[in-house]
Amino acid sequence: MIGFKIVKRKPLPGWARLVIPVAAIIVTLVLSAIPILIAGGNLWKSYYFLFYGALGTRYNLLETFVKASPLIFTGLGVAFAFRAKFWNIGAEGQLLAGALTATWVGINAAGAPKILLLPVFIACGFIAGGIWAAIPATLKTKLKVDDVVSTLLLNYVMIHIMGALLFGPLQQPGSSWPRSSEIVEAAKYPMLLVRSRFHLGIPLAFFAVAIIWFINDKVVFGYQSRAVGVNIKAAHFGGINTTSVILRTAIISGGLAGVAGVGELCAIQYRLIMDISPGYGYSGIVIAMLGNLHPLGVLFSSFFFSVIIVGAQTMSRMTGVPYYIAEVIQGMALMVMLVFLLLTEYKIMVIRK
Amino acid sequence: MVTVTANQPVVEMQSITKQFLDVVANRNINFNLFPKEICALLGENGAGKTTLMNILFGYYTCDKGEIFIKGKKAELSSPRDAICRGVGMIHQHFTLVPSQSVLENIIIGTEMRKSGFLDLKAAKDKLLHLQERFGLHIDPEARIWTLAIGEQQRVEILKALYRDVEILIMDEPTAVLAPSEISDLFRTLKSLVQEGKSIVFITHKLKEVIAIADRIVVLRRGEVVAERRTGDTNLRELANLMVGRDVLERISRKKIPPGEPVLEIHNLAVSNDKGLEAVKDIKLVVRKNEILGIAGVSGNGQRELAETLFGIREPQKGTIKINGITLHSGSPVSAIKLGMARIPEDRIETGLMMDLSVEENLILETHVSPDFHKRGLLNFNKIHQFSNELIEGYGIMTSGRDAVTRSLSGGNLQKVILARELSGKPTLIVASQPTRGLDVGAMEYIHQRILQEKERGAAIILISEDLDEIFILSDRIVVMYEGQIMGDVQLEEASREQIGLWISGVKK
Repeated sequence: MIGFKIVKRKPLPGWARLVIPVAAIIVTLVLSAIPILIAGGNLWKSYYFLFYGALGTRYNLLETFVKASPLIFTGLGVAFAFRAKFWNIGAEGQLLAGALTATWVGINAAGAPKILLLPVFIACGFIAGGIWAAIPATLKTKLKVDDVVSTLLLNYVMIHIMGALLFGPLQQPGSSWPRSSEIVEAAKYPMLLVRSRFHLGIPLAFFAVAIIWFINDKVVFGYQSRAVGVNIKAAHFGGINTTSVILRTAIISGGLAGVAGVGELCAIQYRLIMDISPGYGYSGIVIAMLGNLHPLGVLFSSFFFSVIIVGAQTMSRMTGVPYYIAEVIQGMALMVMLVFLLLTEYKIMVIRK
Repeated sequence: MVTVTANQPVVEMQSITKQFLDVVANRNINFNLFPKEICALLGENGAGKTTLMNILFGYYTCDKGEIFIKGKKAELSSPRDAICRGVGMIHQHFTLVPSQSVLENIIIGTEMRKSGFLDLKAAKDKLLHLQERFGLHIDPEARIWTLAIGEQQRVEILKALYRDVEILIMDEPTAVLAPSEISDLFRTLKSLVQEGKSIVFITHKLKEVIAIADRIVVLRRGEVVAERRTGDTNLRELANLMVGRDVLERISRKKIPPGEPVLEIHNLAVSNDKGLEAVKDIKLVVRKNEILGIAGVSGNGQRELAETLFGIREPQKGTIKINGITLHSGSPVSAIKLGMARIPEDRIETGLMMDLSVEENLILETHVSPDFHKRGLLNFNKIHQFSNELIEGYGIMTSGRDAVTRSLSGGNLQKVILARELSGKPTLIVASQPTRGLDVGAMEYIHQRILQEKERGAAIILISEDLDEIFILSDRIVVMYEGQIMGDVQLEEASREQIGLWISGVKK
């Protein structure tokens, strides 16, 4: 009889951390060939158009950046929370909180100069998202409410608050759709490159990656947050105020998601609609895991995701393979990455009895 | 077919040897259990009692040796094998499902079926019959969580009887019970024996042994050191046998007269996780240049006492003063600020962050000091210098300060904690089981460090189950038993026999 046993392996050398994500993406593409073939697509043609659609022309490439921006923010936020073992599944709700608050300010801020308005906007989005994440963090530390459940459920609370407002006080006068008025001109993100939607939110996302990386590695708070994540008991024993660390971690995490919401509002939609986020908050969870919770990893996996999202549209148009294949590839990528990460710590041994 | 007669053992274990990594838990043990007897297996923690019985229960397989049950050689590779042969074991921690009923818990794994459906009626009839026969009354429909601990234990016993067990092993059955429940248990055990069962009773409590056992087998350091009939022995002899009179490694130590009091504990009472009183009204004073050894078997309140001193457990009442200043209860920061070095007994759970680097563990308590950060940013130059010095000074074997802590050996893990805690030149050290599970080299190193700290002027509390360690290091010895201080004696006046009696709950 043959059995399998999972045993712990020695830590892998540093280069493995670079090789593994690349290998995971290759394996993902190999495995994704199966559903593409089942859908009746020509494999080479499909992959050609997938990448051409995302990277092949100037406009497409810049669109990929545009899609990546909210994903970087939510992915970064989730990763930052996960490192401290605050299981924030609520980036979607925090994103909406940010967008909602920015809308309210943005409709009513007539007359203010852009240079003043934009920082206020971004700050509002950050604070709103932060508060929406602070609620479950407080419930967790004070009342031991499970954070997975509370963050997840607060997503629905926020969706319904938004729905109520869009059918109520925030609804565009005269409209019968659940949508707000357009935000004032001064509240719109500047476009940084002509003939594209390459907006302020994109360099902002890169900046956020750098900031989080800096916090993680250089700042006292980053160290404390990591300590809490690795062993909260030992962190408490060592004198770290774990309640405060979890709360602050949650606020930063939710705040980043909130800024994603501001970007979608002020650079893409210009008004609040129910579909302002096609699930960026949930994608953020996958991206954070795919990026191994590291800011740089989040940056790359956000790009991978947005390549798939943008490219799949072209692929679908040119080859007839359904667009939903994009989501299959995303899911596949996460599964492969998780297996690969497992294999960095464990190896599978075959035992013969 | 061999028939069992009165004087033929129901269990024969012959030259059983069991080794875990480099620790020999059982060495060449011969153990017999006779029909209709209660045999006590007596010994300190780590003497190998539970290991031996886990082998009989099929939980572990022995490296060497043979087991015969009712005269037939038994190959036991799982508890299922043991239960089939009529051997049952009740562990210290019960294995019951709190939200299910007594009946459901008892039949788990042995469900009777009638045309595919659970036959609860037949199961209940069998259970009621057993209750009648052994006088173990308990409502079969009651949910486990509604039962007292003593009742839950009765459910465990019924669970074993339901499986037609004839040999019942009980691991420290009285550890969790209230005194009145203990006498109920003893009555139950006697009635089981009258009904033809044989019982192994694992314990370290001498009085109970005398009260219940027919025969006593004493284990020490993995070997059988004595066997007595209860009528032929007494508390004093058993205490001696249990703790032994081993020759101690003598580390050179200076006799320094203790100075002024550093730690003063007044009327301290602490509850354990279950809300029961674990430390009862303790008063202790430890002085400068003094090592106070707290001896006793684990589970007598030492953990709760240590955790209260560490600032990670809130006391019910009482005060703790360090150099005259009151410790802010339940605040680790207060303990650190008052100059206490804290060496917790569970290094991995409480002491270390295994997935962070050695350096990150070394700075856990000091990273907030002005030396190590400026305006919220960590000062890595100072931090690297600090951790390099500690790694070198304490001889921590690691590939470097950036190595993940998980990659270190047990002795080096403890050195990381020691380095971190002693780096601040503490005035008080509370060390809980500082050498448990370590090899001899690491143990000696830690002993020497503790003595150096005493000579430097620290006041030290050493909580240890290892009597040798207590005798090697302490200037003064107290014993904790059921949350109280049993005795307080200077090293010069301490005898192992006296300490052994105190440990077992016998007062002079």
